[in-house]
Amino acid sequence: MQLSPDQERIRATAREFARREIAPHAAHWDRDGATPRSLYDRMADVGLMGMMVDPAWGGSGADFVSYALAIEEISAADGGISNVMAANNSPVAAAIEQLGTEQQKTDYLTKLTSGAWLGCIHLTEPHTGSDASAITTRAVRDGDEYVINGQKAFITAGSTADLAMIIAVTDPDAGKRGISAFITPTDNPGYRVISKENKLGHRTNDTCQVAFDDLRIPATDLLGEEGRGLGIALGNLSLGRIAVAAQATGGARAALAAAHAYARDRVTFGKPIIEHQAIAFDLADMATQVEAARQLYLHAAQMRDLGLECAREASMAKLFASEMAERVASKAIQIHGGYGFLNDYPVEKIYRDVRVYQIYEGTSEVQKIMISRNLDTSEG
Amino acid sequence: MKVVVCVKQIPDPADPGALDPETRTLKRDVKLILDESDSYGVEMALQLVDAAGEGEVILVSMAPNGERSGLATALAMGAASAILISDPELVGSDALTTAKLLATAVKDQGADLIIAGSESSDGYTGVVPEQIAGVLDLPSVTAAKSIEVDGSSIKVQRQTDGGYDDVTCPLPAVVSVTAGVVEPRYPSFKGIMAAKNKPVEEKSAADLGFDASQVGWAGAGQEIIEVTDAPKRQAGEVIEDDGEAFTKIVAYLENMKVI
Repeated sequence: MQLSPDQERIRATAREFARREIAPHAAHWDRDGATPRSLYDRMADVGLMGMMVDPAWGGSGADFVSYALAIEEISAADGGISNVMAANNSPVAAAIEQLGTEQQKTDYLTKLTSGAWLGCIHLTEPHTGSDASAITTRAVRDGDEYVINGQKAFITAGSTADLAMIIAVTDPDAGKRGISAFITPTDNPGYRVISKENKLGHRTNDTCQVAFDDLRIPATDLLGEEGRGLGIALGNLSLGRIAVAAQATGGARAALAAAHAYARDRVTFGKPIIEHQAIAFDLADMATQVEAARQLYLHAAQMRDLGLECAREASMAKLFASEMAERVASKAIQIHGGYGFLNDYPVEKIYRDVRVYQIYEGTSEVQKIMISRNLDTSEG
Repeated sequence: MKVVVCVKQIPDPADPGALDPETRTLKRDVKLILDESDSYGVEMALQLVDAAGEGEVILVSMAPNGERSGLATALAMGAASAILISDPELVGSDALTTAKLLATAVKDQGADLIIAGSESSDGYTGVVPEQIAGVLDLPSVTAAKSIEVDGSSIKVQRQTDGGYDDVTCPLPAVVSVTAGVVEPRYPSFKGIMAAKNKPVEEKSAADLGFDASQVGWAGAGQEIIEVTDAPKRQAGEVIEDDGEAFTKIVAYLENMKVI
């Protein structure tokens, strides 16, 4: 796919930012299990935190292809940070822009795009995942307020975020249509972080369990209409899946680059291992797979920019890219030999970071359900 | 406050291309980017305009082939507009011709201050800013590490081998900025999207009142007669450690007057 000059320039800027501001520190932040908050301020200055939001609300007004390219660049430097960026951009900022009131946009959206606040989305619960409609967190109307009780799990940036978008049941008898979306600052007294998870990868961000203890939200902070919460949470699912495909492509690309550099440097039997055909062919395979994943996500992103239905293409991109990333990262470790198993080399961390892409925003199995239900019968 | 910044678009140093064997100059028919050493001047100009609370940054650049991608980077950083001197006749122009053309383009802008990088990363002549000052008969301050506006004058810290000089200079003036003295901002995405709508005024040599004999190879007062490779680095001295190697290292460093 041919990129426009704007898309090229956005990618170049994101790459430069990621190489200078994130990559040199990623291993250290991974070991610390935390990323300095100031990084997200600098990301917001560039425009990474509200990329597709209208400039009137402090966004960059970029297209979705540009956003996906930027996600790949940030992810190539660190997967966990790219996920905080993704959560902030979409679903949270995108949903508030699409459905928020003027007041909500003034109060919240501008803070998300400026980097003053980080956003997080509370959909998943300990007993739910792909079956998102099975949530039980309850929001009960009480005068001018809603009172929310329940527990959420796997919340990216759950303890560092400043704004929470919460999906809760308002009408238990209405099934999927009884679920609503709310927004509230996380310093609301009813918002309690139970724990920060200890994870295989993405250790640069905080994935949390959060409880709502009589969390009171003014009715004015209902997002959209009552009963539309599931649609709000899942309405941007294709965006999320394309973003994960871009994350996976970024991680795989970084693993490829590390393996390529190592293969040129490491000498066995009198020559750099890249001159051994077994290694050279592996690198060729890896590069081909990375490029194929990139083209899949760019194709889906471009369809989305053109206003075309892209659920199937988003699922294909997410499925292929996420599974490819694990294969490529594993092969990158193999090329490093024993050193690849040590955290002195970047591929160890990349291997841990890419694993989650086959799980969140719909597991590989869910993607296959999506794709198989949308098989094109005209191609027979 | 109106600040004009002279910027050069150069072949990407990461992919430096080659010398033309006939002219012994760098081939420039590749994609050009903003010279990184000019990004410091752009940043400094943007900071001065921010501090003044009003005004704008105007770019002036010269390129033989109408190249704008380097200008787009500086516009995305926040410059308001650009003047691009572009003309096939300009190929082969030497530093003085370049300075005359840039000075002519700058003259009518009503600039309070003209900033340029101390030297470009490709040609490295390091004389164009001073020549512009000479042509325009303006004061010239070189190697600035900081600039502070004080009414109708500027206070400049001028980098020297041993530290810096404090210099005060009336405005308008031409100041050359040393690379690395400020942290150039990343172009914001909003800036990138906006840059394509910012005006870039293209001018030919004739538009600026120069005829073909005054510019390019014809007008050049200098000629590159030979290009040779830089001398290869000599092998370093290896000191085998017999337990007393440190004395030799200390003696070596003392001899270098490092310690």
